[in-house]
Amino acid sequence: MEYMDYLRKDKFPHIWCEGCGDGIALKAIIRAVDNLGIKKDDIAMVSGIGCSSRTPGYVDFNTLHTTHGRAIAFATGLKMSKPNLNVIVVTGDGDATAIGGNHLIHAARRNINLTVLLYNNHIYGMTGGQVSPTTPRGDFATTAPYGGLENTFDIAGLTIAAGASFVARSTVYHAKLLEKLIEQAIQKKGFSLVEILSPCPTAYGKINKLGKGKDLILNQKSQAVRVEKAKTMSAEDLRGKEVIGILADRELPEYITTYDKITSQAQRRYL
Amino acid sequence: MQQRVYMMQGNIAVAEGAIDAGCRFYAGYPITPSSEIAEQLSKRLPEVGGRFIQMEDEIAAMGAIIGASLGGVKSLTATSGPGFSLKQENIGYACIAEVPVVIVNVMRGGPSTGLPTLPSQSDVMQARWGTHGDHPIIALTPASVTESYHMTIQAFNMSEKYRIPVILLLDEIIGHVHEKVTLPDPTQLEIFNRKKPSGDPESYLPYRNDDSLIPEMASFGEGYRYHVTGLVHDETGFPTNDTSMISAMLTRLNSKIDKYMDEIIQYEETELEDAEIAIVTYGSSARSSRFAMRRAREQGVRVGMLRIQTLWPFPTERITHLAEQVSDIIVPELNLGQIAHEVEHAARGKAEIHRVNKITGEPINPEEILAKIKEYV
Repeated sequence: MEYMDYLRKDKFPHIWCEGCGDGIALKAIIRAVDNLGIKKDDIAMVSGIGCSSRTPGYVDFNTLHTTHGRAIAFATGLKMSKPNLNVIVVTGDGDATAIGGNHLIHAARRNINLTVLLYNNHIYGMTGGQVSPTTPRGDFATTAPYGGLENTFDIAGLTIAAGASFVARSTVYHAKLLEKLIEQAIQKKGFSLVEILSPCPTAYGKINKLGKGKDLILNQKSQAVRVEKAKTMSAEDLRGKEVIGILADRELPEYITTYDKITSQAQRRYL
Repeated sequence: MQQRVYMMQGNIAVAEGAIDAGCRFYAGYPITPSSEIAEQLSKRLPEVGGRFIQMEDEIAAMGAIIGASLGGVKSLTATSGPGFSLKQENIGYACIAEVPVVIVNVMRGGPSTGLPTLPSQSDVMQARWGTHGDHPIIALTPASVTESYHMTIQAFNMSEKYRIPVILLLDEIIGHVHEKVTLPDPTQLEIFNRKKPSGDPESYLPYRNDDSLIPEMASFGEGYRYHVTGLVHDETGFPTNDTSMISAMLTRLNSKIDKYMDEIIQYEETELEDAEIAIVTYGSSARSSRFAMRRAREQGVRVGMLRIQTLWPFPTERITHLAEQVSDIIVPELNLGQIAHEVEHAARGKAEIHRVNKITGEPINPEEILAKIKEYV
């Protein structure tokens, strides 16, 4: 497998900072797509605005870089016009849970067959480090100079409750796990989401004095707990940990499949 | 095929026009007074193999139709003032990414929640300048149920031809009035579909800058892998900071309308040949105006009417000529003079412009227009 077969070589160097996890995530996406043997023509990658949302510019798929927060809305229309396309949304914590939060929960509720890769770096990186809905309470950001005051979203819990078929989480340190989860998410019929914990040394790491990129990524290793092990742990022991692995995988009616049953009924009546 | 004669309201005519234009995707959000369009298409689209979705909000609906159009399917959304405000950012996206879509705004009184069930024509400037940045736009406005049907088809044709979002501005009266309509055989309609590339995908330039100013548009998933962004981009579709590329792209984008102005602009002239006073109006206000014009003619006043069908681009040149012919131009509209201002600009001081405005949610009474005419006889 050659990564370059999937990349737009002339678009490099990329915009991501040294130590950013987004490049590791990009490689995991490419490996997942390659493992599945999906043709590049049959993939549409849709993003919003932010660092992670620049991913589509680098990959040789059908790529759509939309407005801030609206990737899932654009992707919904695209999927309904061409259901055979594998529509992969790449988005961030600010893009998908703040400005685009409504689209996230409603797409999960409809259980439309989209794959959402939500890069969570706990901050608005591209705009310079403002507090996001996933910035841990008390952590600093350029708009939280006294520490964040707000509670954070549990993205997985939110989308599971909304009705998604498949929800998983990985860090970029666990790159092999991430690759497998993306593979399963793409294959799953229904709304699937992989939360990718991707460190931001520039905006989040620096202001919170967490060290350089390498330190943040190694910190992911010590913070992560596999879901199987987490089930045996107490809430007390899980505090400050990130549970990784498959958090929900269930068979639920998919939106377009359900819609098309109505279509065949309506056409019989009309013709 | 059998003749299709119906008693139908304007909103339903829009829905049927969309079906006959080849629209096969609708995304919307409920809002008065446009909801009948969504209701009709939720029933009709699956019958013809299309798909309908009620989205979680107005912004999502606008995003979804852009996504669907990129998949190669003609797409529609409908809304009213408050929803039209919410859609503006993504309308700008459709402008810069040159994605054909049609947006219906059944105008109600504003600002804000305003007068949800009452008519207005106060979104005509928002249709032109609602989204940020310099951008091209087409806005059409019908004055009857039959015209709502045909103009919806035109809106799709223009959108496909020029790769531009087209806004169809109905007002609540046109949206809800029931009239007898005879719909044509859809196979006899002139339907324009976007030009698609046929050459080698490797050499496809999604934003090629040639003399037509309108690049060929590939659908996603058909072998032409390319990039679409709301950032200013070069001919390849990728973002650029190169000022010469920025200039070339934005110049082409903003020249599309100018180049095809003559085939885009439409207006209807009635009894203007010998007119000394002209009424310039549009939409439901044209119905009151026509009545007033006839009454004035009966009383020997030489009044004619120019009914604007294409609000944007504005028929400036025609109105400049008209101002050289008549002494006075009356501009009735259900706002505080949004189009009167354009007429004034076009008239260049050659004729006096008189406004007849109403923003109370009532139609303009023909008597009010007649009274205004008589002031200047």
